[in-house]
Amino acid sequence: MTSNSLGIKFLSVLLTISLSLGFEAKASDSAHEGDEKFDISSMIFHHIGDAHEWHFASFGETHIGLNLPVILYSSDRGIETFSFSNLKSHDPHRPVVFKGYTTNHHGKIISTLPGREIFGFMKDPHATHQEGAVQVYNISITKNIASMFLSVVILFLVFIPVASGYKKRQGAAPKGIQSFFEPIVVFIRDEIAVPNIGKKSDKFMPFLLTVFFFIWFNNLLGLIPGGANLTGNIAVTFCLAFFTLIITIFSGSKDYWMHILWTPGIPMWLRPIMLPVELVGILSKPFSLMVRLFANITAGHVIILSLLGLTFIFKSAAVGVAATIFSTVMSLLELFVALLQAYVFTLLSAMYFGQATAEHEHDHADGHH
Amino acid sequence: MELVTPDFGLLFWQVLTFLTVLFVLSKFAWKPIMSGLKEREESIENALSEARKAKDEMAGLKADNEKLLAEARKERDKMLQEAQTISVSLINDAKEKAGKESQIMINAAKEEIQTSKEAALAELKNYLASTSLLIAEKVIRKNLSAENAQQELVKDIISNSSQN
Repeated sequence: MTSNSLGIKFLSVLLTISLSLGFEAKASDSAHEGDEKFDISSMIFHHIGDAHEWHFASFGETHIGLNLPVILYSSDRGIETFSFSNLKSHDPHRPVVFKGYTTNHHGKIISTLPGREIFGFMKDPHATHQEGAVQVYNISITKNIASMFLSVVILFLVFIPVASGYKKRQGAAPKGIQSFFEPIVVFIRDEIAVPNIGKKSDKFMPFLLTVFFFIWFNNLLGLIPGGANLTGNIAVTFCLAFFTLIITIFSGSKDYWMHILWTPGIPMWLRPIMLPVELVGILSKPFSLMVRLFANITAGHVIILSLLGLTFIFKSAAVGVAATIFSTVMSLLELFVALLQAYVFTLLSAMYFGQATAEHEHDHADGHH
Repeated sequence: MELVTPDFGLLFWQVLTFLTVLFVLSKFAWKPIMSGLKEREESIENALSEARKAKDEMAGLKADNEKLLAEARKERDKMLQEAQTISVSLINDAKEKAGKESQIMINAAKEEIQTSKEAALAELKNYLASTSLLIAEKVIRKNLSAENAQQELVKDIISNSSQN
């Protein structure tokens, strides 16, 4: 078979997958709203958001998906676990109540009992607030978390064999999967860690490698149709950026803190003004990491979904073909963005570690610039 | 707003999972990978530097060999030349010596010849003298008898003397 016909085959597979993704969106949406009108924003938010079931595809009224376990913790009831199938309702206007819990129109679990509410960082503006209510912590294995576990399994299945290759072929040339990942690991060491951190880079390598491959693998998993938008979730990017912040703070040298608290090389009267600026800088750096990864990945998903949504807005096959071609091109671009964002996150983390651990000479030179 | 509000459950699992992944991969993947890489790089560097050293050594040995060879060649040439001069001088010496010796021998031979010649002459003279005396004596004795007898006598004496 020529590569050309293989390419056509691949394109047709992509087309089919993309179209089925769109059809599924339409089906779920019409079930949700109860009429034939297509609501693109709810379709997009449904896809980039989290859910208690992992929905793969729908054929008419048949839904293929996985009900994920619900895990709730409250001080009065302890840990409660049950399958989400107990809460699933086929009629959106008549939600099922189970053990005092039900779902709202976003598919989120809410409490039906007075004096109990699900804990959240942002209060639902529609819900009635009760003072002193028992907080129920929802630590269910959602679609995002299940996807994250899957990525962890993949990470282990990939890198533990890679590592064993170094033991098996000590000092010899890499082979198989080892030779695919070795250049990437060497790149992270020689092009990201060493130029930015210097001699102390070995200490930060495990974190940088973990962050890089965690983000990259999850970005790629998110691009698979039906996959979760994990790295486009603010909680995930917040957590990753938070680890970078913690490591930066705890590896900060004396010079680093002196530089922040009493910036050298500027007039005395400016120093108290610089202090809050520098303190904000400590937080703004990881904040930018968090927003950059979240926004890039979410935006990519939104663009692809919007392009596919056009088909259902115009209800035209011609638009469908064009939208599929465009979204395929976007998907290819997203494959690159998946790698690029992993690289950018790792590079910037390395730069922050480098600034924190820099020696006096370096700091001093910076002060004069 | 929901999009930018972190979900508690996800945050909880993310922290737990990421720390687990960080720990497990650090211990079972990154550590052996990094040390394996470093080990291999060091071994390659060592091998390269050793090869370079061996090359330098080889070059040094070659230069030494060439120097030795050149020296040997020079020495051989010198020896040959010396031998040649020695042989030439030897031949010349021998020739000269032989010439001298032969001259001496020739001279000695000449001298001897001369002396023997002189001796022979002297003897001849003596013999002639004595024979002449004898002849004269016999002639004088028979001089008076006959002329024939005289001549016969002379003939007799001469033949006797030639027999002697």
